[in-house]
Amino acid sequence: MAKARALCAVSLANMLEYRAEIYLWVLASVLPLILLGVWAHAAEGGAFPLSSVEFIRYFICVFVVRQFSFIWVIWEFEELVVSGNLSHQLLQPLNPVWRFLASHLTERIVRLPLVALVVVICFCLYPRALWLPRPLDVLQASGLLVLAFCARFFLQYMMSMLAFWSERAAAIEELWFVVHLFLSGLIAPLDVYPEPVRRLTELTPFPYLIYHPVNLLLGRGAPLGRAALVLAAWGGAAFVVQRWLWKRGLDRYSAMGS
Amino acid sequence: MRRHLRVLGTFWRTSLLSELEYRLNFLLALLSSLGHALGNYFGLTLFYRGTGSLGGWPFFQALLVMGTFTTLSGLSRVLLSPNLARIVEHLRTGTLDFVLLKPIDTQFWLSTRRISPWGVPDVAFGLSMIGYAAHHLSLPLSSLLWALVPLGWSCMIQYSLWFTLASLSVWYVKIHNVTEVLNGLLAAGRYPIDALPPGVYRFVFTFIVPVALLTTVPARVALASATPRWLLLAAAFALGAFVFSRAFWRFALRYYTSASS
Repeated sequence: MAKARALCAVSLANMLEYRAEIYLWVLASVLPLILLGVWAHAAEGGAFPLSSVEFIRYFICVFVVRQFSFIWVIWEFEELVVSGNLSHQLLQPLNPVWRFLASHLTERIVRLPLVALVVVICFCLYPRALWLPRPLDVLQASGLLVLAFCARFFLQYMMSMLAFWSERAAAIEELWFVVHLFLSGLIAPLDVYPEPVRRLTELTPFPYLIYHPVNLLLGRGAPLGRAALVLAAWGGAAFVVQRWLWKRGLDRYSAMGS
Repeated sequence: MRRHLRVLGTFWRTSLLSELEYRLNFLLALLSSLGHALGNYFGLTLFYRGTGSLGGWPFFQALLVMGTFTTLSGLSRVLLSPNLARIVEHLRTGTLDFVLLKPIDTQFWLSTRRISPWGVPDVAFGLSMIGYAAHHLSLPLSSLLWALVPLGWSCMIQYSLWFTLASLSVWYVKIHNVTEVLNGLLAAGRYPIDALPPGVYRFVFTFIVPVALLTTVPARVALASATPRWLLLAAAFALGAFVFSRAFWRFALRYYTSASS
């Protein structure tokens, strides 16, 4: 426990040092806000399952929710393995996964002020969309977000382990991200998808990362139990596989003689 | 001019040869581009379910804009982004000294030294979208050829924006994130500017991040619906941005002190 606290304190200090870069990453993630404009404008002229105001709220929530699913561990891990710097970390009596987890967690805290500012600007642009989510919804959505964060983190960490076998492990994440982009509800609420595509997305973990937490915040309801179960199952499975690959990978790593 | 072309040929041949060492990368880039193209196409169809339309643009006209966007972003992955990392590296380590000594324009050397084939699939998918849309709209070939003129301006604008950012790394080396912000904003260019709500959105995406000039204007020229006002704005912006990027680079160089001095 003391270890965890020390780890978090160190990475928080580290992240605060890099706050300018983190703020730029937040600004780079404005895609939902662009789509907000496009969908809100389109909804004024057409018949969609959501009204213009609902679209605005939907995409503001997507912007916020998405901040919790930014994971970059695979690039850092790949760099560590390819450069051989992983050896330094191996000397310490701590699995590097905890260090990465701490840095990802504390980075969220550093993000928050700018995210809040962007949300305020959005509501200034669209005062008619202003609303307060119900406290219970916020609580439930936060719970889902924690699970979503863990699932995303361990899934990506699992893929990072491939760095022991290939120098281009991050390419897997790039492909994964394409699917995530289009199936998670990031580009549009799944309500506007054709029914067969929508059923297809429900078979993947993606809607549980964005679409369902957003719906909870909007008070539109979501299959809370199922979402929690799916996310926990994916995260848990990834955690187990990650451990297994880590042991296998380390054998290979040392065999490479670095 | 001849000399520049010869140098360009050498640059591109050598960097292609070195990049083609990694063939698996090409397969991965192809898959990722295919996924993006399909997803973007699907995303566009969503606006046209029900009675919707995108700012009054029929589906195939909007597809023309998306094709232009995909082509341009592919071109920038081929020509621009591979050089950016190296410029920053030159500035950080001080090896820009050697480039400055070369008997050729430094901006030319820095902007053309590298080429990367990983954006080629994007260009191919973008052109396919344009072809498919043009076929459905039965656009004559001549209007597509006319659209190449504003497309040239778009390339100039994109290059100038990007090189101006690269020049900023004289003061601030972690420019990579800034280009990510630019890329994030440029994503708006896959829709016609009329799809964005009037007011703040349209102003920002016309004058600050000029995606309206990058993609909507060439598409409008192909559709023969461009107004002189837009054409003039695009041409002036392209010229102005290019001149500015050169001037700004010269200005930035004055603050370049090499490493360790």
